[in-house]
Amino acid sequence: MKDTAEYKASIENIRAQFPILSQKVNGRDLVYFDNAATSQKPYTVIERIDNYYKNENANIHRGVHYLSQKATEDYESARNIIGTYLNAADASEIIFTKGTTDGINLIASSYGSMLNEGDEILISAMEHHSNIVPWQLLESQRGIKLRIIPIHENGEIDMDAYNEMLNSKTKLVSVTHISNTLGSINPIGEIIDKAHAVGAKVLIDGAQSIQHDQIDLKALNCDFFVFSGHKVFGPTGIGVLYGKSEILNLMPPYQGGGDMIEKVSFEKTTFNVLPFKFEAGTPNIVGGIALGEAFNFLKSLNFNELHEHEMNLLKYAEEELNKIDNIRIIGTAKNKTSVISFNVGELHPFDIGTLLDKQGFAVRTGHHCTQPLMDFYKIPGTIRVSFSVYNTKQEIDLFLIALKKAIDILS
Amino acid sequence: MNYSEKQNSIIEDFSMFEDWMEKYEFIIELGKEVNLIPEQDKSDDLLIEGCQSRVWLKSEVNNGQMYYFADSDAIITKGIISLLIKVMNGETPSTIAKENLFFIEKIGLQEHLSPTRANGLLEMVKRMKMDAIKNI
Ligand SMILES: Cc1ncc(COP(=O)(O)O)c(C=O)c1O
Repeated sequence: MKDTAEYKASIENIRAQFPILSQKVNGRDLVYFDNAATSQKPYTVIERIDNYYKNENANIHRGVHYLSQKATEDYESARNIIGTYLNAADASEIIFTKGTTDGINLIASSYGSMLNEGDEILISAMEHHSNIVPWQLLESQRGIKLRIIPIHENGEIDMDAYNEMLNSKTKLVSVTHISNTLGSINPIGEIIDKAHAVGAKVLIDGAQSIQHDQIDLKALNCDFFVFSGHKVFGPTGIGVLYGKSEILNLMPPYQGGGDMIEKVSFEKTTFNVLPFKFEAGTPNIVGGIALGEAFNFLKSLNFNELHEHEMNLLKYAEEELNKIDNIRIIGTAKNKTSVISFNVGELHPFDIGTLLDKQGFAVRTGHHCTQPLMDFYKIPGTIRVSFSVYNTKQEIDLFLIALKKAIDILS
Repeated sequence: MNYSEKQNSIIEDFSMFEDWMEKYEFIIELGKEVNLIPEQDKSDDLLIEGCQSRVWLKSEVNNGQMYYFADSDAIITKGIISLLIKVMNGETPSTIAKENLFFIEKIGLQEHLSPTRANGLLEMVKRMKMDAIKNI
């Protein structure tokens, strides 16, 4: 893989922006390979949070005083930064939520209330629990029918099956852009176009793709797109639901409270315009502002170069892992992001994960909130490593040594 | 040895290890000597479902003393179970119910007893104590 001095310097420069990466765990240098669970935060985001509470804290949208107006401006400017970055038609289509899970629940509750018995919702077999359970709840409440698009053994969606499942009763297709367990990048462009052809709306779970891909909502033409701030270098407790305004305008409010109303009386209450209609109560102000800063960080990156870097890491790690006896990589889609799930013979992922932790490696083990997918592969869980922009080939080399040591001890 | 002495002796065993890997190598060795439950006896009511590893637990009273049998699909979990069994086996129900269980924390393994139940161990310790209480 590419190993020039200039290239290394550019990765080192990115690493230097993440203070957490220089710490020790169990006496060893931390190697953070759990980026699919959450990404680390650059100084700019951390300092933005600090500065907000030190110098700017006030409630927004309600005050005439200086601080309140400044906080409102900053919060709304963050919305603009994100909307522009994602190429949304208008910033009012960017709704701040608590995260991916919250966004999906909002749609299940609000858009879901417009569905009727017999209407069908399609999800794939590789969805995260947060894109399964809200639809199951809706199924039991409104009698809609939840149908599961099957996947192939290599972790790709079965597009033939998908095409056959689409019909005039299909009202929503909700699929993940990238599988958090397998790394598969789904052909969402085709999925969206095919769904629209039968009049269905499409929700894309962008939790995993937002960090790895330059998302262009206009080009994608999906109806909803959700993600979590914490997976894209921002804080926890904040996320985004994007929706096309013509659909969001038709949908009833999700939660009632302050900010989401135009006028309240006991006889009749009218609702605020987008995006406020879906943002009841005092929001996560600092979260929104810091997420804007995280998008500034994203903008500062050279996406092409970083994509190449992550692909190099993926390819190198897969090649080296495949040299280890009894390794089975789960998820071998042709189009993958830098996420690798694997098992070693009959060894339990929990045992390997524990021994890796003791050597300073942060990896994820278990079912990754995708139990139906584990059932599909007939395994209790996997060990998952997931790389981000700040990971290096050298870290992978150290990881391979640690992994071999763990396997030795356990065998 | 009484209940505390048994625990202190384990703490002493662990104090000899220089680093975490050595500690875990020892735990893994212990995992190989757990009083296993035969495969055909592993019914669902013995199962304690953790988020990551599963644990099976069975207890018996013999002459007023508790005896435990357990198994897990993860070997590290098994090793920790074997320590618990070493301490608890042969003790009276009231000792197990009332006396302090302190060695896990002292040897630095309390993370395995976190309430997120990654390995079902916290639930198992609770069940070991409940089984003892039922027999007081
Ligand atoms: C694909 C996918 N969807 C949804 C989620 C849920 O995100 P959150 O827990 O931030 O709401 C995750 C996070 O693990 C994910 O990877």
